[in-house]
Amino acid sequence: MALTLSQKVWERHVIARDDGRDLLYVDLHLIHEVTSPQAFDGLRAAGRGVRRPDLTLATADHNVATGGDTADPVSRRQVDALTQNCAEHGVRLFPYGSAGQGIVHVIAPQMGLTQPGMTVVCGDSHTSTHGAFGAIAFGIGTSEVEHVLATQTLWQARPRTLAVEVDGTLPADASAKDLALAIVAALGPGGGAGHVAEYRGAAVRALSMEERMTVCNMSIEAGSRAGLIAPDDVTYAYLERRAHAPKGPAWTQALEEWRSLPTDADAAFARVTRVDATRVRPTVTWGTNPAQSIPIDGRVPEPAAFTDEREREAALRALAYQDLRPGTAARDIPVDVVFIGSCTNGRLEDLRAAAQVARGRRKHERVRVLVVPGSMAVRAEAEREGLDRVFRDAGFEWRTAGCSMCLGMNPDILEPGQRCASTSNRNFEGRQGPGGRTHLVSPAVAAATAVLGHFATPADLA
Amino acid sequence: MRPVSHVVGRGLPLPRADVDTDQIIPSSYLKRVDSSGYGEALFAAWRRDPGFVMNDPRYRGATILVAGANFGCGSSREHAVWALRDAGFKAVVSSRFADIFRQNCVRNGVVPVALQTRDLERLLRAVAEEPRVSISIDVAARTLLAPGLEATFELEDHARRQLVEGLDEIGLTLAHAAAIEGHERSRAAWLPRVSGAA
Repeated sequence: MALTLSQKVWERHVIARDDGRDLLYVDLHLIHEVTSPQAFDGLRAAGRGVRRPDLTLATADHNVATGGDTADPVSRRQVDALTQNCAEHGVRLFPYGSAGQGIVHVIAPQMGLTQPGMTVVCGDSHTSTHGAFGAIAFGIGTSEVEHVLATQTLWQARPRTLAVEVDGTLPADASAKDLALAIVAALGPGGGAGHVAEYRGAAVRALSMEERMTVCNMSIEAGSRAGLIAPDDVTYAYLERRAHAPKGPAWTQALEEWRSLPTDADAAFARVTRVDATRVRPTVTWGTNPAQSIPIDGRVPEPAAFTDEREREAALRALAYQDLRPGTAARDIPVDVVFIGSCTNGRLEDLRAAAQVARGRRKHERVRVLVVPGSMAVRAEAEREGLDRVFRDAGFEWRTAGCSMCLGMNPDILEPGQRCASTSNRNFEGRQGPGGRTHLVSPAVAAATAVLGHFATPADLA
Repeated sequence: MRPVSHVVGRGLPLPRADVDTDQIIPSSYLKRVDSSGYGEALFAAWRRDPGFVMNDPRYRGATILVAGANFGCGSSREHAVWALRDAGFKAVVSSRFADIFRQNCVRNGVVPVALQTRDLERLLRAVAEEPRVSISIDVAARTLLAPGLEATFELEDHARRQLVEGLDEIGLTLAHAAAIEGHERSRAAWLPRVSGAA
């Protein structure tokens, strides 16, 4: 029978079936300080242990400080709990302050732990990032974290298949982030629910691994259970010689397995959505969900333009929260803060893209700019290339690794009413701090915006 | 987990679509290591607005949240369900739930009731007009009853069984130990282990 990529990966991990659900084996379980303490407590209460500590990796990323600030006592207790739990159960941990520490979705691919055909889970919705390698990767709740710790498996209803066909070539000034936002806009904030999306087509094939991670990362913003991309030579070139990638004869065996994964030519998807890559423009979100976006060349929409009553109401509420007037040109919106980082755009290529724009320029005097590498390893690589100097010379803050201003649960938060151009993934109300206003953009747009003090593209600086 | 076969109570109307988990519980409340005591954090930002429906005394004691489509989108935080549960909510009614949120509900004995859009709109109107309307949810039969509304709702078989029987899912899985071990023996030797390499 002809199968899609996700169906093949799924079937190879099914251990049992019961009541319309499959028991899936988990190849890699990533944990962090925020969604794991209650899971370990549950294990202890039931007298259970961690079945496969050798398939479990932990790091502290969500609540840690990235500017040397002292963590508050509650956050510190959560990080301490992770340290104790990992020690008690023999789980490898990259603690705060260590060279291996970073955002969980940045460090695992860097180490070569994420490989094609695997199942990867984490108590974090952006686990879909790992789908870039042709893995089925998805976020889970804390009860499920406990279940995976105890059994290395998970009960899941089989998702429906969704093909996102991205035809054509991305324009030179459009980035993977702009494509991700275009896909979310095409599907809507809940359009992918119940589905695993496979991103396909010429524009997807042309993306680097880091760009593919950006696209897969935002799968959940359209509600998709997961998002993945078929492995190819780009994938293999990225993986080869990474610390945990197979070596020697094992590499050859692995390659043979990986090459059997892509969707069969005659396989059918339950749903197909098309996105025209040639129409993707440098983009900014205006609203409070990631599907509400416009080109930088565009204007804030009129609520009356939405024919659906609920969408119109949502637009009115979003405009009020964001303090925006319909018809305002994106370039006329001033920002207070620029955040470059996160599991969406905190990798080396993202920092290079921002640095290319910032080189030899100064930030706008009003704007605070944070550059937060996705991992300490990314930070070290960037420093070897001298990117830290470029940022510092431009007046940008060069910080240590963590989730930082993506989610408002560490010292990096917006003040009420502040407006931020952010390379992160969510623009929900208060996401970056109570009363803060978030606009999602690419690293290049973020850097140009930092220089001019209002939304802008690198071309505006010429 | 305590079994839940019926929920009877009054509704709290929240006629907004795409309510995300950052609204249900802002991330600043996620720093704690406890698994209870999150009721105060429920809709913490919106509750600061005196006009927010939770601050309307007519809805005090409501145990069934009735909300717009795509409820619980965004993050995987189970704290969102803990906040609802700790604030006294036994069920959430919408037309569509985000996948992770729905699974988190079932694992905490909070019933996710997915109605047809038309039925949801009627229920939202009924609860908005008359706060004392009694809503009755039969989990086994997958029906929701309210004055003038008799609706069936979607809930997967396994979710229904888990709610009605209050199953310990890990215990259920451990009964498959032999199959898990069999799979582990057949896994390719080159698959990565976290330990070992630098």
